[in-house]
Amino acid sequence: MNTSVKDFTASPEFRLLIIMVFVFGLMSVLSPDRFLSSQNLTSMAFQFPEFAILALAMTIAMMTGGIDLSVVGIANLSAVVAALILTHFSNAEMPAAQSAIWLAIAITAALCIGAIAGLINGSLVAFFGLPPILATLGSGLVFTGFAIAMTGGSAVMGFPDTVALIGNATLAGVPVPLILFAVLAFLLHLVLTRTAFGLRVTMYGANPLAALYAAIDINRMLLKVYVIAGMFASVAGLIIMSRANSAKADYGSSYLLLAVLIAVLGGVNPYGGYGRVIGVVLAVLSMQFLSSGLNMLGVSNFARELIWGALLILVMVINTHAVTALRSSLKPPK
Amino acid sequence: MTDWLPKDFWTRNETLVAGVIMLFCFVATVSDPRFLTITTVSDLLRASIVIGILAVGAMLVLVSGGIDVSFTAIAVFAMYSSTVLSLTIWPEIPWPVIFVISVVFGAALGAINGFFIAFLGLPTLIVTLGTLSIFRGFLLTFIGSQRISDLPPSMRDFSRGVIARGTTEAGNFYSIPWAALALLFVIVLTWFILKKTMLGRSIYAIGGSVESARRIGINVKWTQFFVYVYVGALAGLAGIIHGSVGRMADPFSLVGLELSVIAAVVLGGARLIGGYGTLTGTMLGVALIVIVQNSLIVIGIPTTWQSVTIGILILLGTGVPAYRAKRAAAQAG
Repeated sequence: MNTSVKDFTASPEFRLLIIMVFVFGLMSVLSPDRFLSSQNLTSMAFQFPEFAILALAMTIAMMTGGIDLSVVGIANLSAVVAALILTHFSNAEMPAAQSAIWLAIAITAALCIGAIAGLINGSLVAFFGLPPILATLGSGLVFTGFAIAMTGGSAVMGFPDTVALIGNATLAGVPVPLILFAVLAFLLHLVLTRTAFGLRVTMYGANPLAALYAAIDINRMLLKVYVIAGMFASVAGLIIMSRANSAKADYGSSYLLLAVLIAVLGGVNPYGGYGRVIGVVLAVLSMQFLSSGLNMLGVSNFARELIWGALLILVMVINTHAVTALRSSLKPPK
Repeated sequence: MTDWLPKDFWTRNETLVAGVIMLFCFVATVSDPRFLTITTVSDLLRASIVIGILAVGAMLVLVSGGIDVSFTAIAVFAMYSSTVLSLTIWPEIPWPVIFVISVVFGAALGAINGFFIAFLGLPTLIVTLGTLSIFRGFLLTFIGSQRISDLPPSMRDFSRGVIARGTTEAGNFYSIPWAALALLFVIVLTWFILKKTMLGRSIYAIGGSVESARRIGINVKWTQFFVYVYVGALAGLAGIIHGSVGRMADPFSLVGLELSVIAAVVLGGARLIGGYGTLTGTMLGVALIVIVQNSLIVIGIPTTWQSVTIGILILLGTGVPAYRAKRAAAQAG
């Protein structure tokens, strides 16, 4: 019992919990009437899921020691395809039931695009032996490029009202994007901790060679990892589309950095082998509190970018040195 | 290497890229005979100068086994802040001085990357992603976010300087600016460092294997530190040339270009795992990316497909050698 408490307080997740509580407390003190208002809390709950889901996608890729730089490209391509289906086949005069069917078809198409894109990434990494950075850098350009080619670079808009359900509605008072995020986060947590697949992902990330000798079907596993990342990205794309009420090839370009930042901040090891969904969730909340709080204090977007970057490096320094300290404390005493 | 051609001539990336470039030029000339003129060549050369200098830096980082995505932010930071500094303190500044200031700013920012990477041992991608947003955020928050079009007069003089200019028989104007000499200088200097100095050999060695390099007595930390400072300095130079030639200090320019530059370098045969990369390959990669960006429309592909084309080129250019290496490893094992 004593040791498990000690383990917990030494974990990156515990440090994150403290950071999150600290940021929340700081913002509440600095701007109590505005930061703690129910209006702000609701608006935060609508804002963060779109990039938080991209961070989950990044998390599973990073668990294998890879990275997925194409998540924003996949999100926008999925959204553009869904948007084109919606604008071509449905309109405001259509009965609600009929437009709901088209919405379902558009969502399915978007998820398929995410899965296919993930399959492409996974094949490049698994069968062609491309380093994940290059594979997803190249494929990200291709996905974005297709979205540009399909739309001529302009935004697709003019959706039926039902589309707003994904990004702007509430279910029993809880924002739908928040529910989507919670479900995906919980699913990813279960997959990583309760399934054989999750164990393989962690093993492969920790030591690819050992995983090879343990007769793990690595190619199959990598394909699944990138397909999951791709489908998560397409869900994020649908949320962005619904909230912006349009789809465009270059939406959310700042989200790529943010997704990497959140995953690393959440304690996911970019070399693979370690990562917990709870850490990512805490990191997302810290970032959102920081972002909304700074916004209320009148800090510009550019300064926010500066603070995010500084936070990323600071956390990496702390984590790297905490890991080094932990390793040296585990060595047998001389 | 005693043969006229290197043994791996037909299988190396340089040959592949040169072949693609020649094919592209052939198709372009067939579809529009005006393509193969000195005007096109001088336009493409002018477009390659800034990307070329940045690519030399990116190649050096890849050779050392790292990856840098912050150099565009360094370039724009150095360019904009040295311009602002000159305008407030010494508007009549001669251009060589402002160039030196920009290079020093670049080297200083590169030293920040070098500190975190070499001395604190953080992953290069994460550090440079972080510093990318720090440099850019700092520039736009504290130095300025306005475009400046009335630059110090000497910068405009620099952009007017040309090595050669003239008009073709068909009446098309062409010119090769002094800035092209800067690219040449950077290539020669980097070639010298890589091939003729212990430092250069050390960069290849740590890219090949950090542990082996350490055991033969190479100072890994200082070599890595040097790489990031040098890359920062090159970025500072590329930035100020970009500002001078474009006659505008735009704090929103360049950032976003980093992945295309890395793509060009990787196309030229540099490997992400380090230890391998050549200047010839890098320049061929730059040429291919610049030609695709500027002349796709000549061979009848609309510019909206530009991104797809470059993405596919990256996947093919890196996928073919990666696949071959994987097959070779499987056969050996």
